Amino acid sequence: MRLAAVIVVALACAGAASAQSPLVTRGEHLYGRYCASCHGMNGVATPRTIGAGPGRSQAQQRAVAPSLRGVGARAADFYLRTGYMPLQHVGEQPRRSRVIFDEGQIRALIAYVASLGGGPPIPQPHPERGDISLGQHLFTDHCAGCHQIAAEGGYVTGAIPPPLEDATATQVAQAVRIGPYVMPRFSRKAITTHQLDSLIAYVEYAKHPDDPGGWAIGHLGPVPEGLVTWFIAMVALVLTCLAIGKRLRSHE
Amino acid sequence: MSRIKDLLVSLTVLLMGRGRPSLPERERIVPDEPANPGWELVAVALFGLGALSAIAFPVLYGLADHLSHENQWFGLSLGLAFVFIGAALVVTAHKLIATEELEEDYPPEEHPEEQETIVQVVEESGSRFTRRGLFMLSLGGAGGALGLALLTPLVSLGPVFRIAPFFGTPWRRGRRLVDEHGRPWKASDIEEDTFYTAFPEGADREELGSPIVLVRLPEERLKLPASLAHYPANGIVAYSKICTHAGCAISLYRTPLFQPDEPRPALVCPCHYSTFDPGDGGTVLFGPAGRKLPMLPLEIDGRGELRAAGNFDEAVGPSWWGVRNRKPGPS
Repeated sequence: MRLAAVIVVALACAGAASAQSPLVTRGEHLYGRYCASCHGMNGVATPRTIGAGPGRSQAQQRAVAPSLRGVGARAADFYLRTGYMPLQHVGEQPRRSRVIFDEGQIRALIAYVASLGGGPPIPQPHPERGDISLGQHLFTDHCAGCHQIAAEGGYVTGAIPPPLEDATATQVAQAVRIGPYVMPRFSRKAITTHQLDSLIAYVEYAKHPDDPGGWAIGHLGPVPEGLVTWFIAMVALVLTCLAIGKRLRSHE
Repeated sequence: MSRIKDLLVSLTVLLMGRGRPSLPERERIVPDEPANPGWELVAVALFGLGALSAIAFPVLYGLADHLSHENQWFGLSLGLAFVFIGAALVVTAHKLIATEELEEDYPPEEHPEEQETIVQVVEESGSRFTRRGLFMLSLGGAGGALGLALLTPLVSLGPVFRIAPFFGTPWRRGRRLVDEHGRPWKASDIEEDTFYTAFPEGADREELGSPIVLVRLPEERLKLPASLAHYPANGIVAYSKICTHAGCAISLYRTPLFQPDEPRPALVCPCHYSTFDPGDGGTVLFGPAGRKLPMLPLEIDGRGELRAAGNFDEAVGPSWWGVRNRKPGPS
């Protein structure tokens, strides 16, 4: 009887251990290989002790990356599908780059990070419900200071706000709520779901605005347009002058 | 009727008479060169192409509603017209018009002795002055005074002696903070990692001292000097939104997601990237701003709404002479 009870308990434990879905297990393996060196085992980044050895004092090294408990599928999806992660060097700004994982690996990693402890799901924005005009107003208020009104990106001290031409609707929604790198974070109180839809509608519009002149020159406005005109027109004028003019014969 | 007939006849005579040599035969100045019928045809063809391109412009203009890239078509037709007509003129100048180069030397100096006389006259006409120095001084004084008088209107570009209004702001103890729609800001509305703009309730928002930025910082990020330690309310700090460099609106808030590795939180002005530390009373971290950002003391009333607890610690906006000598007061 006692033996039976022990067997039942052991089986229950085994069952609990294997309750993890195969996707999450696969994600855990990938996590261990690509992410755990910075984000820590089980998504908890901990300070590390370094410099231990004979005749050397130990130093406590701070954690090099944020913990991933509670960040949820939203952050994992954003950072993996934009190619922001894995980062090449600790401390640099995550930049849009080649995604090194295939679709199945991304799904597995997202499932694993989501399993670490709650966190928001992947948002599903509906830009078609938004209002481009309202979106432009909101974009001017909240985003254009860094990303420029044409969503072409810009500069702040210490970081480079990226252009938004490659950002999908979902990624814009995620970035607004997460606030990656030094970007501010906007809660539902600051930007409501409908406002976010409008904002994304404007970003989608800004990817392909009407260019009446044809050549947009980065949508940076009349100053670079004038510069381009001057540089091209000036060179053309000088070359034309050289081609059609005639040098006065010297009499010396 | 007869007048019209006269006009027609005279016009015909005038037109027919053109081309005939009206001057008596004279010796050629421009050397005679052989005719060039081939290049003449080229020039005519280029003029024709230019005319066709120019005619295309009004046609395309009329069809604008049916074209997909009308601006590009307009530009192409007008541009080609200019190119063809220009090329035709180049051909004409180089191949068809007989040219001659003429050179002329500068004329020799005329009447040298008269010029010497004039110099002598000028020198001798000053012989009646006995106090030359005094005279020049009075002349210079009058000229200088007139110049100063003409510069006086520059004073209207800004107050020079009455700078007291510059120190005035609409903020005073107990004034509520409202958003752009006039709704009061509650302390619970202000979240970390984002920033908000607030105005004084019932005041002119266009005034330089009106707009402020609100941010909430975790307690450990607040490292305020002792004189400003009582300024934050519950971790919320308020600064003037007007940059102390050139008066632009501070519309960038740098908020690191992972603080140890990334640039620290900062308020950034988009005009010249002046960067201010919101945790340290608005000190300048980077950029051309010469003064720290003015900080506004805050308090939270019984209903949880944010109110000013006084005026800014420093004068608002770009600097002027004596800006550090006084504290701001009510406007």
